[in-house]
Amino acid sequence: MDTAKSKWITVCTQEDMVPYLGVCALVGNEQVAVFLVDEQFYAISNYDPFSRANVLSRGLVGDLKGELVVASPIYKQHFSLATGACLEDDSIHLAVYPVRMQDGLIQVSSESVAESKAA
Amino acid sequence: MNQSEHNKRQLVVIGNGMVGHRFLENLIDGGGLDKFNVVVFGEEPRAAYDRVHLSEFFSGKSADDLSVVKEGFYQQAGIELVLNRRIQQINRAEKTVIDTEGKVTPYDELVLATGSYPFVPPVPGHDRKNCFVYRTIEDLEALQACAAHCKVGTVIGGGLLGLEAAKALKDLGLETHVVEFAPRLMAVQVDDGGGRMLRRKIEQLGVSIHTSKNTQQIVDGEQAVHQMQFADGEQLETDLILFSAGIRPRDELARDSDIEIGERGGIVIDNQCRTSDRAIYAIGECALWQGKIFGLVAPGYQMAQVVADQLNETAQNEFAGADMSTKLKLMGVDVASIGDAHGQTKGALSYQFVDEEKEVYKRLVVSKSRKKLLGAVLIGDSDDYGSLLQMMLNDIRLPAEPAQLILPATNGEAPKGLGVAALPETAQICSCFNVSKGDLCQSVASGCQDLASLKADTSAGTGCGGCSALVKQVLDHELEQLGVEVKKDICEHFPHSRQELYHLIRVGEIKSFAEALNAHGGGHGCDICKPTIGSILASTWNDYVLDRNHAHLQDTNDYYLGNIQKDGTYSVVPRVPGGEITPDKLIVIGEVARDFNLYTKVTGGQRIDLFGARVHELPDIWKRLVDAGFETGHAYGKSMRTVKSCVGSTWCRYGVLDSVGMAITLETRYRGVRGPHKIKLAVSGCTRECAEAQSKDFGVIATEKGWNLYVCGNGGMKPRHGDLFATELNDEELIRTIDRTMMFYIRTGDRLQRTSVWMENLEGGLEYLREVILEDSLGLCEQLDEDMARLIANYECEWKRTIEDPEQLKRFRHFVNSDATDDNVVFVSERKQIRPALDEEKQQLIAIA
Ligand code: SRM
Ligand SMILES: Cc1cc2nc3c(=O)[nH]c(=O)nc-3n(C[C@H](O)[C@H](O)[C@H](O)COP(=O)(O)OP(=O)(O)OC[C@H]3O[C@@H](n4cnc5c(N)ncnc54)[C@H](O)[C@@H]3O)c2cc1C
Ligand code: SF4
Ligand code: FES
Repeated sequence: MDTAKSKWITVCTQEDMVPYLGVCALVGNEQVAVFLVDEQFYAISNYDPFSRANVLSRGLVGDLKGELVVASPIYKQHFSLATGACLEDDSIHLAVYPVRMQDGLIQVSSESVAESKAA
Repeated sequence: MNQSEHNKRQLVVIGNGMVGHRFLENLIDGGGLDKFNVVVFGEEPRAAYDRVHLSEFFSGKSADDLSVVKEGFYQQAGIELVLNRRIQQINRAEKTVIDTEGKVTPYDELVLATGSYPFVPPVPGHDRKNCFVYRTIEDLEALQACAAHCKVGTVIGGGLLGLEAAKALKDLGLETHVVEFAPRLMAVQVDDGGGRMLRRKIEQLGVSIHTSKNTQQIVDGEQAVHQMQFADGEQLETDLILFSAGIRPRDELARDSDIEIGERGGIVIDNQCRTSDRAIYAIGECALWQGKIFGLVAPGYQMAQVVADQLNETAQNEFAGADMSTKLKLMGVDVASIGDAHGQTKGALSYQFVDEEKEVYKRLVVSKSRKKLLGAVLIGDSDDYGSLLQMMLNDIRLPAEPAQLILPATNGEAPKGLGVAALPETAQICSCFNVSKGDLCQSVASGCQDLASLKADTSAGTGCGGCSALVKQVLDHELEQLGVEVKKDICEHFPHSRQELYHLIRVGEIKSFAEALNAHGGGHGCDICKPTIGSILASTWNDYVLDRNHAHLQDTNDYYLGNIQKDGTYSVVPRVPGGEITPDKLIVIGEVARDFNLYTKVTGGQRIDLFGARVHELPDIWKRLVDAGFETGHAYGKSMRTVKSCVGSTWCRYGVLDSVGMAITLETRYRGVRGPHKIKLAVSGCTRECAEAQSKDFGVIATEKGWNLYVCGNGGMKPRHGDLFATELNDEELIRTIDRTMMFYIRTGDRLQRTSVWMENLEGGLEYLREVILEDSLGLCEQLDEDMARLIANYECEWKRTIEDPEQLKRFRHFVNSDATDDNVVFVSERKQIRPALDEEKQQLIAIA
């Protein structure tokens, strides 16, 4: 299903990304927070459901019990970079976006993957 | 089933002091309210308060802070508490008491907890004006009011309480004298050698001591209000006199109703604390047991428990006397007296150790057989108090060379004395609350594994505090026994406390988070350790916080150099040192706010906050401000915030020093300094204290003689009055003292610990801090000075640097791939300014669009 190349939107260059520091990309109408950790890219929704503000790209990135997370800068809940799951409230899952690097360009797919709710 | 109200017996308690109140708590704990209706009479205008810590009233504790009554205690228990009412008569035949209003209250059981009163020797002139005693909050209020107009104060009586009162006079800014009848200070507790050392130390603190002085009369003075005339022909002029010549039991009620009274006063009680009338008990300082009055609170508490158990019929408990050992810090001098300090037991031997250089005096009194410890005196260093006391109380066998117990440990040697391990389970660790080692161990085993929860659970250490060190030792020992590692790790990534990390970073010259993680941690870090280490790096090296190496450590506030608001916008707070601002600069702020349409508000910190700036607007806003000469106000950082000032001597008719000038000096000096939490200062021009300096981390108040410095105050969630730390400082001394104290806090404070909490957790408290900062007891001051000098030298305005650096400016945009703005940030207008739209409002606005 991952063949629709047109879905990949270039958002910035490799130089625009600093490890652990997020950026926010406009992908279609959606705001996506993109992170770089250990040479891997991650992209989740930029919307923080607790404060209802678009701020997650500005959160601190780290890990909790081995899971890479970003902490909301407003009320400090943690969201998994890989799955979008909120560690403090398991009813909350953020959209996760496929992201890749091609020729030094960072690309995000406009099609989010809903968090793995066992097909 | 509950007995109905009128089936209950009537219990009347006279006196609502520390012991009377404790009795009621014990009574209730044992279920006494099922059996008794309780009525309590107290002569003072307020319910029981902590007399032991009465002097803290002068360091800022209010009457409320001193209260020992939990909120709603009497109402919830349904106990009738009649305050401001003295009982003037007991009618034993009719079993009633009569109060000053003439009201008659019947009793089935009566408890006298009337305490004692300060003895005032009947020298002619003792009732002149400006003469005081030191027992109640009202006494202290009167003393304080009077001291404000006095220069010289004198305490009559050089005992424990007298010296405590002398300290209060000194802190009130008076030239202070102590006049003692006996040839030495604290004659009851310490021996000659100890008395001499104590005197020397106290004189060094600027209190004049006059021993062997018998005051014959007090008359009008020539330079001062009074002149005291002594039997030896000498005189002393003083404005204020405080009598502290011992206490006398308040036994008048018992005396008048023919209850048995001791020859020299005191209501005679038996082991059940019963008086000669079976229906009447006496407890606390009014009671006389085997010819002894106990002038300490712990024995009173034991009596309270005995009577409560009796009335509740829960246990056959007896009062068996009490140990009168004491340990205190008098004017910063450690003093301890244990058991038979004077060596009066037959055949007793003693050992002495004197170190005149360090001003330490120790004496050990042992039994003839040299197997048992009978008593001890410790002056200047009372660290061994807890273990020596336990040795005596538990008859622990002395080592072959008892003198070892008071000789200083030479380097590398294992600590001498006995560890807590040697104590039996029954050893009483806290005498104020009768907590044994066994009680503590049980509490630790049931999960109270830090000092705070152990104290809360057992009450140990929350009375006079004398046992705190020992409680901590028992805790640590127990944790070790239980195989619990004593953990203070800040998070899962670093097995260290903030203080340890600070040390590791400083000593290891670590300059980045990655280095720290490599050397001392693991994983990627998190939102706890990253800002902590970011802050330590900043406190240590004061590098630009947004260096590529440090930027990802910063909370969004530090990263965007503004405080994030609920809608994701930021606030802008330029520094306004001391709150002083020119009209031109005010106009610039106004223009910037208008041009960028920012909500504008005067803050509680004497400056102006502009709200609602979007990320991309921040650099433009700050460019305008920096060009006009503003610097960042660090409203976002865990850093020095503001130095609030009052207008001071320049304009104010009462001001004695230039508070604005000093505030500006201080704010300029410490701007940009980062610490465990935010740091606030204030400077007031006189004691009217319009700058509210006593609620700041560092508060400065001008006096005729120089600056007084208060430390570790706090507003906010848990207000705390600052402690008076040093007085009459000149500018240079003031700055040096603040430098050192602030740096010491930065080094040792825990993550997000304001100075107030830091102080409350500092072993040894204020006195310890004084020793470290004012006496350089750790030999640290030079280093603290250097550290602070480095921070000051490396200061630069973060905003200025940021707007000059195109690399930095890149990240001030909402989208990495578009110039669009965040359409979720929506403002509406209120009182002619913007505010964030509510969700409903947003939906409507979007629907309209
Ligand atoms: C703007 C201001 C309120 C105002 O409109 O007046 C304010 C606003 C905030 N205060 Fe405050 N405090 C402000 C003066 C105070 C004061 C009064 C003072 O400083 O004289 C206090 C009590 C004094 C004290 O700190 O001891 C105060 C006690 C707090 C506390 C409680 C601290 C405590 O130790 O209990 C917090 C919470 C914290 O820091 O953890 C806090 C936290 C905050 C934060 C940072 C909360 C947050 O994270 O959003 C607010 C954001 C500031 C912003 O967006 O710029 N603010 N805050 C004041 C800014 C003063 C300034 O010019 O910098
Ligand atoms: C400055 C100071 C420092 C001290 N430091 C220490 C210390 O470090 N360690 C220590 O162990 N002890 C210390 N003490 C002593 C300690 O405070 C007392 O031992 C303790 O308060 C005694 O409690 P009590 O309830 O027996 O008496 P009080 O606390 O005096 O209470 C008696 C109450 O009964 C009231 N009363 C009396 N007669 C009547 C009546 N007829 N009708 C109604 N009410 C009446 C009195 O007004 C008073 O409120 C200190 C005392 C002072 C003053
Ligand atoms: S504190 Fe004193 S000097 Fe300052 S404004 Fe108030 S009254 Fe004037
Ligand atoms: S002995 Fe007083 S608090 Fe423990």
